[in-house]
Amino acid sequence: MHLVLFLIFALFALAGAVNLLLQKHPINSALSLIVVMASLAVLYLLLGAEFLAMAQIIVYAGAIMVLFTFVVMLLNEGREEKTWGSKTAKTIGLPAVVVLLAVLAATILRAGRHYGMISLSDGVTTIQELSKVLFRDLLLPFELTSVLILIAILGAVALARKDNGEA
Amino acid sequence: MNEPMLFLPLIPLLPFVGFLLNGVLGSKLPKALVSTIALAFPLASFALVARAAWMVYSGLALPVIEHGAPEWIVFGAVHIGFGLALDQLTLVMLLVITGVGFLIHLYSVGYMEHEQGYWRYFAYLNLFLFFMTVLVLASNFLLMFVGWEGVGLASYLLIGFYIDRRSAGDAGKKAFVVNRIGDFGFLIAMFLLLGSFGTLNFSEVAAQLAGHAAISGGVVTLICLCLLLGATGKSAQIPLYIWLPDAMEGPTPVSALIHAATMVTAGVYMIARAHALFDLSPTALLVVAILGTATAFFAATVAMVQTDIKRVLAYSTISQLGYMFLGCGVGAYSAAVFHLMTHAFFKALLFLAAGSVIHGLGGEQDLRRMGGLRKQMPVTFWTMTAAVLAIAGFFPFAGFFSKDAILAAAFQHGVSGKALWTVGLTTALLTSFYMFRLWYLTFLGESRADGPADSPANGHGSAHAGHAHESPWIMLTPLVVLAALSVCGGWIGMERFGAFLAPVTGGVQAAAGDGGQIEMMLSALAVLVAAAGWFVAHSIYGRARNDRANASLALPRRVLERKYWVDEIYVAGIVRPLEGLARYGLGWVGEWTLVRGSAWLLAGVASLSGEFLRRWQSGNLRSYAAWLTAAAAILLIFVLAGTLFGINGFADTIHWAVR
Amino acid sequence: MNTAVPAEWYLILSAALFTLGVVGFLIKRSLISIFMSIELMLNAVNLSFVTFAHEWHAVKGQIFVFFVMMVAAAEAAVGLAILISIFRARGTLTVDQIDLMKL
Repeated sequence: MHLVLFLIFALFALAGAVNLLLQKHPINSALSLIVVMASLAVLYLLLGAEFLAMAQIIVYAGAIMVLFTFVVMLLNEGREEKTWGSKTAKTIGLPAVVVLLAVLAATILRAGRHYGMISLSDGVTTIQELSKVLFRDLLLPFELTSVLILIAILGAVALARKDNGEA
Repeated sequence: MNEPMLFLPLIPLLPFVGFLLNGVLGSKLPKALVSTIALAFPLASFALVARAAWMVYSGLALPVIEHGAPEWIVFGAVHIGFGLALDQLTLVMLLVITGVGFLIHLYSVGYMEHEQGYWRYFAYLNLFLFFMTVLVLASNFLLMFVGWEGVGLASYLLIGFYIDRRSAGDAGKKAFVVNRIGDFGFLIAMFLLLGSFGTLNFSEVAAQLAGHAAISGGVVTLICLCLLLGATGKSAQIPLYIWLPDAMEGPTPVSALIHAATMVTAGVYMIARAHALFDLSPTALLVVAILGTATAFFAATVAMVQTDIKRVLAYSTISQLGYMFLGCGVGAYSAAVFHLMTHAFFKALLFLAAGSVIHGLGGEQDLRRMGGLRKQMPVTFWTMTAAVLAIAGFFPFAGFFSKDAILAAAFQHGVSGKALWTVGLTTALLTSFYMFRLWYLTFLGESRADGPADSPANGHGSAHAGHAHESPWIMLTPLVVLAALSVCGGWIGMERFGAFLAPVTGGVQAAAGDGGQIEMMLSALAVLVAAAGWFVAHSIYGRARNDRANASLALPRRVLERKYWVDEIYVAGIVRPLEGLARYGLGWVGEWTLVRGSAWLLAGVASLSGEFLRRWQSGNLRSYAAWLTAAAAILLIFVLAGTLFGINGFADTIHWAVR
Repeated sequence: MNTAVPAEWYLILSAALFTLGVVGFLIKRSLISIFMSIELMLNAVNLSFVTFAHEWHAVKGQIFVFFVMMVAAAEAAVGLAILISIFRARGTLTVDQIDLMKL
C-alpha cells in the first residue's frame, strides 16, 4: 500500500516538475507547481509528518502559490518568448546539472544500504511533539521568524508601491 | 669673561629674512622699501661679521662653534648637526662675502633701477648671501653641501634673471647642469668620507687624520679627487669651466658678486678647508696644481681675443681661479686664500666698472664699439685703472702680493713646481696683455660707437643709448671703495696673512735659506712681465684704431676666438652622443620596447582580462546560474571523491550521512 | 498489504526534483517561472529533510522544514514585489533582457 502510494505521488511530483519546465505560460507552470506541492504533502504524510503535510497545503499550495498566480495574472506576462540570451546556461549549466544529479544519486545510493525501510506502520509525529520542541527549545528562533516575516511584508509593500510621490 | 656670543646663526639668517620679505611681499612694496630691505639685512650681517672680527682682533680664541639648531641627522654613530664654526679662514671669507656683497647690493640699486623684477633680483641676491654664508660657516661637509647647492640655485636664478631672453635661460640651465656634474663628485666624496671616517665634521675628520698618520693613499686620493671634481664644477676649472662665460648672461652686478668674487671661489675655499685630506695625497695635489695652471693659461689665451667686455672678464676670472688652484696644489693654501681675497676686490671692481660702462653706454657690451670713454666717465676710468693694475700684478697693487705669493710658492715646490711656475708666469704676461687691451679699447682712443658690430645691444634697455654718461653716485661709491681695497688690499702682506691663517691652513712653507733673495728676484720678474704685457698691448692697441694683428695672426686668432672649440667639442663629444643615446638607444630600446611595451602589455592583459570578466559578468541571470551550478557540481565531485577514495578528513566529514 | 519503501527512494526523488528545479532555473526565460523553479528546489530539499527526520526519528528535522516554509513565504513576498517593480520599470520579465544592475 505504501509502495503504491509512494509511486503514484512520486510520479505526480515528477510529472508536475517536468510539466513546469515544459509549459510556456507561467500560469500553467504555476498550476504544475501546485500539483508538485500537493503530491509532496501526501509524501510528507507517508513519512509521518502530518503537521508539515497540512502546512505544505496551506502555506505553499495555498498562500504562496496563490501569490504567484496573482502576480502572473496581475502582470499578464503572456507566453515566454524564445530568446537566446545565454549560451552559457546551456553549455556550462546543463552538463553541470547532469554531473550534479549523478553525484547526488551516487552518494545516496552508496549510503542507501545503511538506511532503513519506511512503512505506513511507522509512528506519526504528532503536533504535540512538534510544538513541544518548537515552543520550548526553539522559541526564540520561532519568534524571530515572525519578525522576519514582518520585515518581508514591509519590504514587499515598499517595493511594490507605485511611486513615492503618488502614494 | 663669559663665553662671548657671536650670533653666528644670525649671519646667514638675516639675509634669509631679507629674501623672504622681498620674495613674498616684494612685488607689492615700493621700490625704495625693497632696496632698504635688501640693503639693511646684508649690512646687519656685515656688522655682525665685523663685530666678530673685532672680537677676534682683541683676543677671542678661535674657532668658535655655535649651533643653529638641534641635531639634523642622527643614525648610528653618525651625528650631523647645524653646527656653525667660525675660524680664521671663515672669518676672512665672511668679511669678503658680506663686505663685497653689501657693496654690490648698493651698486645694484643704481644699476637695476630701470629693470623689471627689481624685487625679484634683490630677493635672489639676499638668498645667495644666505647660502654663501652657510657654505663658509658650516662645520661639516653636509651643511657645507647645503650652502654649496644653495648658491648654485641662486646662481641659476640670477643667470636666468632676464626671463624673457632665451639665451639667459639656456645659460642658467647650462650652469646648473655642469654644476651638477661637480656636485656628483662632492656627494661621492661625502659618502667615501662617511664610509672611512664615520663623520662629516671637519674638525673630527682632521683629528682622525692627525691621529692616524698612516691613513693615506687610495681612499684619501679618491676622496680628494672627488672633492676636486666638485671644486672644478663650482670654481669653473677645466674641464667644467664652460658654464662661467655663459653665466655672463646675468646682470653685471651678479657677475661681479657670484661669478667673480664669491661663489666661484667656493671650490678654492673647500680645498683649503679640506686641506688635511689633500695634504695626505700628493697625487691629488699635483692634479690640483696642474689643473689650475692649465686652466689659468688656457683661459688667459682665450681672454685675449674676446670682444665682449664681460666675456673677457669671465675668462679672466677662470684664469685667476686657476692661480688659486695652483696655490692650493703646491700647498700654499693661505696664499690661495690671499689671492682669493684680493681677487674678490679687484675682480668685483672690474665687473662693476664694466657694468658702469655698459650702463653708461645703454647696454653696449662690445669692445669694438667702445673707446674714448676716459673723458666721459672719469671715476669709472680711474677705478678701472686701479683694478687693471692690480690684476696685472703691478707693485704695489693688491694683485701683485697675492699672485707673487702663489708663484713664489710654486717656484719652491720642486721640479714640477718650476714648470708650473713657468706657465704661471707666462699666464701673468697674457693677463697683463688682455687687461690692458680691454683698458685701451674701452677708455682710450676715439669713440667707435658707430663702428662694426655683429652682436645686437645686449638687453639692459637702450633708453639712453648714444650718449655716454657717468653713472650715479650710488654705483660709483662701491667702485671707489673697491678701488681703495684693490690698491691697499695687499699691503697686509703675505707673511702676516699667512700667520693669521696658519691655525687653519697650516704654516706657509718657509722660504729656505736665501729665500728672501730669490723672492725678490721673482717679484721683480713678475713686475717686469706685467710691464711687458702692457707694452705689447700698448703697441698694438695704443694708437691704432683697428686691430692691426687681425691679418698677421689669423689662424691662432681664429682658434682663440672660437675658444679652442671646446664648447663644440663638448657638444660633439658628450652632449650629442648622450642625446643620441637617449634618443635612439633609450628611445627605441627603453621607450618603445620597455616603457611602451610594458604599457601595452599591461593594457593588453588588463583589457583582455577585462573583456573576459566583462563577458562573465554579463548581468544575465541564467549564465550566473550556470556558473553557480557548475561550481556546486565541482564541489560535490570533490566531496564524493573524498568519500570514494577515503581522502583524509573527507571520510569523517561524510560519516554522519553514512552512519 | 503493508509494503515498505526504502528511504533512499525518497532521497532519490528529492534529488530528481531538485535537479529539475535547477534545470528550470537554467532554461526558463520568464523571471516568474525561474522563481517557481526556486520554490521547486526548496520543496525538494524539504522532502529530504522530512525523510531524514523520519529515518532518525528527529523532530527537529521537521521543525527545519517549518522554518524553510516561513523563509520561503517571506522570500516569495519580497521576490514577487521585486518582480512587480522590475516589470514596471522594464515592461518585461524575460531574464535575457534584464541584464543591468539598476532598474
